[in-house]
Amino acid sequence: MIRNNASEMAAKLAAGEITSVALTQAHLDRIAAVDTDVHAFLHIDTEGALAQAAAVDAKRAKGAKLSPLAGVPLALKDVMAQKGIPTTCGSKILEGWRPPYDSTVVANLKKNDIVILGKTNMDEFAMGSSTENSAYGPTHNPWDLTRIPGGSGGGSSAALAAFEAPLAIGTDTGGSIRQPAAVTGTVGVKPTYGGVSRYGLVAFSSSLDQAGPCARTVLDAALLHEAIAGHDPKDATSINAPVPQVVNAAKSGDVKGMKIGVVKELNGDGYQAGVRARFEESLELLAKAGAEIVEVSAPNFEYALAAYYLIAPSECSSNLARFDAMRYGLRVGDVDGASAESVMNLTREVGFGKEVKRRIILGTYALSSGYYDAYYGSAQKVRTLITQDFTKAFEKADVLVSPTCPTTAFKIGEKANDPLAMYLNDIATIPVNMAGIGGMSLPSGLADEDGLPVGFQIMSPVMKDDRMYSVGATLEAALLSKWGAPLLDKAPIMGGVR
Amino acid sequence: MRELIRLTPMTSLSRDDVAKLAGLARIEMSDEELVNMANEFTVILDAVARVQEVAGADVQPTSHPLPLRNIFRPDVVVPSLTPEEALSGAPAQEEQRFRVPQILGEE
Repeated sequence: MIRNNASEMAAKLAAGEITSVALTQAHLDRIAAVDTDVHAFLHIDTEGALAQAAAVDAKRAKGAKLSPLAGVPLALKDVMAQKGIPTTCGSKILEGWRPPYDSTVVANLKKNDIVILGKTNMDEFAMGSSTENSAYGPTHNPWDLTRIPGGSGGGSSAALAAFEAPLAIGTDTGGSIRQPAAVTGTVGVKPTYGGVSRYGLVAFSSSLDQAGPCARTVLDAALLHEAIAGHDPKDATSINAPVPQVVNAAKSGDVKGMKIGVVKELNGDGYQAGVRARFEESLELLAKAGAEIVEVSAPNFEYALAAYYLIAPSECSSNLARFDAMRYGLRVGDVDGASAESVMNLTREVGFGKEVKRRIILGTYALSSGYYDAYYGSAQKVRTLITQDFTKAFEKADVLVSPTCPTTAFKIGEKANDPLAMYLNDIATIPVNMAGIGGMSLPSGLADEDGLPVGFQIMSPVMKDDRMYSVGATLEAALLSKWGAPLLDKAPIMGGVR
Repeated sequence: MRELIRLTPMTSLSRDDVAKLAGLARIEMSDEELVNMANEFTVILDAVARVQEVAGADVQPTSHPLPLRNIFRPDVVVPSLTPEEALSGAPAQEEQRFRVPQILGEE
C-alpha cells in the first residue's frame, strides 16, 4: 500500500478500498521500521495523524465531498509552523518550541484533509545543501545511506524515497526543494515566488523563500500544489491571481509545438558525465514528443551564485535577529545580574550552528556601512541582470531546462568543511529564485558511473507554472515507458517491506 | 566550473574584524571560532566579490522579485492570539508578561 503514488492512494480511499487510518498506520509502521537508518523525521505525530485520519474517514463515511488528496499522509518540513507541534527548523535555538498558530500551508493541508505524519529534518534554518547542518544529525539518502539526501529539505526528499510518506512539503530559497528531489529520484517543485503563502514559514531569506510540493510523481506534485497555493491576505507578497492550472497540465498537457530552451551556461564543464548523459537523453525524448529544442544563453548566470551568497546571508542576518532569547526559544545565561545583551550573545552562541553563524556574520558584513554598495548593492544589480537574462530567454522559449545539479549525491562529510564546494551544488537552481520564477526537478534516470539518481530541471515564467507541469508530465511518461517501471523501483528496498 | 571559483583577491577579514561583526550580530564567539571564520571569509569574500565585475552604474538594483506596493486592509479587529498563547513559548514570564533580563546598566 505504501508503494503506491498519492493519486493511487487517493483513488483507493475514494473507492472505499482502504481507510485513511489504515493508510496512515501503514506509513507510521514504515517510519518505525526504517527511520532509524534514514532519519528523515525530527518529530512523528502519531496521535495527531491518526486522529486526523479518523476524522477524514468519518467525513467520507457520511458521504461528504472531499478534496482530491483527502486522507493521504504527508511529511512536513520542520520550517513550517504547525500549532502545538514542535517546530525546530533543525536548530537548537528552537528546541521544544511549539507554535501557537498554523502556517497558511498547514491550514491549507488541514482544510484539504491531508494527514500530517510529522516534521522532517533539514539544514538549520534551511541553510545548506546536504541536511548535514541540522543540529539533530544528518538524514541519509535511501539510495545509499552513506550519502546525503540533498538539502536543505533532505528529510522531505528522503521520506518520499524511503516510502515513509507519498507527499511532502519543502521550501526552496536557492534549490532546497529541487536539489533534494534530484539526488533522491523524486519530484520537487518551487512554484512562482508568491504562489504559495509564506505566512508561518520561518523566514531565512524573505525575497527568495518559497514553499512547494514534493512527491514521487508529477501529478502528485500538481495535486499538492493546488492544495497549498493561492492568495493569502496574511502574506503581503502572495500573488493575488488565480492559481495556475497545474493539475490539468500534469494530466493532459503535452509539448507539441512547444519551444524548450536549453540554457547553455547550465551545462558542460563541472557537470558529471552521467548527469549530462541523462540530460541529453531527456531532451531527445522531449523532441520525440513534439517539442522544439532551442539553445538559449544567459550570460549573467555565472554571477548568480556570488550574488546569492550575498543576498541570502544579508536577509538572513536581519531575519534571524528575531531569535533574541526574549519571547520564545532558547535562553542561556539568564543568571542574576546578567544583561539582556549578554543573554542574547550567549544564547545565539549556543543556539546557532556553524553555517548559520557564518551566514549571519557574512550578511552583517555585506550590509555594513562602507561595504553595502560593493557587496549587497552589487548583488542586487546582478539580480536585475539575471532577471533580464530570463526575460530574453523566455522570448525564445516557452520553458527553459537544465540538469538540476552538477553531480549526483555526494558522501556525507565529503564537503562539510568546504563551504564553497557545498555552495556550488546550487549553481543551476539559484537563478530561478533570484528571478522569482517557477522551477521543477524530476528524475531523469541514474548516472552510469555511480548508479545514483539524476534530476532534470524545468523552469517556467512567473505564474506560468502549468508549463513546467506539462513538460514534466510528458517527460515522466516517456521515461516511464523507456524504463518499464518507476525509477524508485531500482532503489534498495529498505526494511524488507514491499 | 573553474570559472565559478576563480579567485580575485580583493578583501580579507581579520580576527578582530570578525569579532566586531559578531558583536554587532550578538553572537558570542570563541577565539578559535573567530580565527577559523576569518580564514574562511578570505575565500568566501573572494568568490562573492565577483558581483562587482558586472554591477555597472547603469544597472538598477532589484531587491525583490515582485513589483511590491503597499497593501492596505480595512482597520477591523480580527481574532488574534490570547495572552496565554502568545506567552506559551516564553523562556520566562511574570504577571502575564515576558520576563527579560536587565536591559539598562546599573549605574
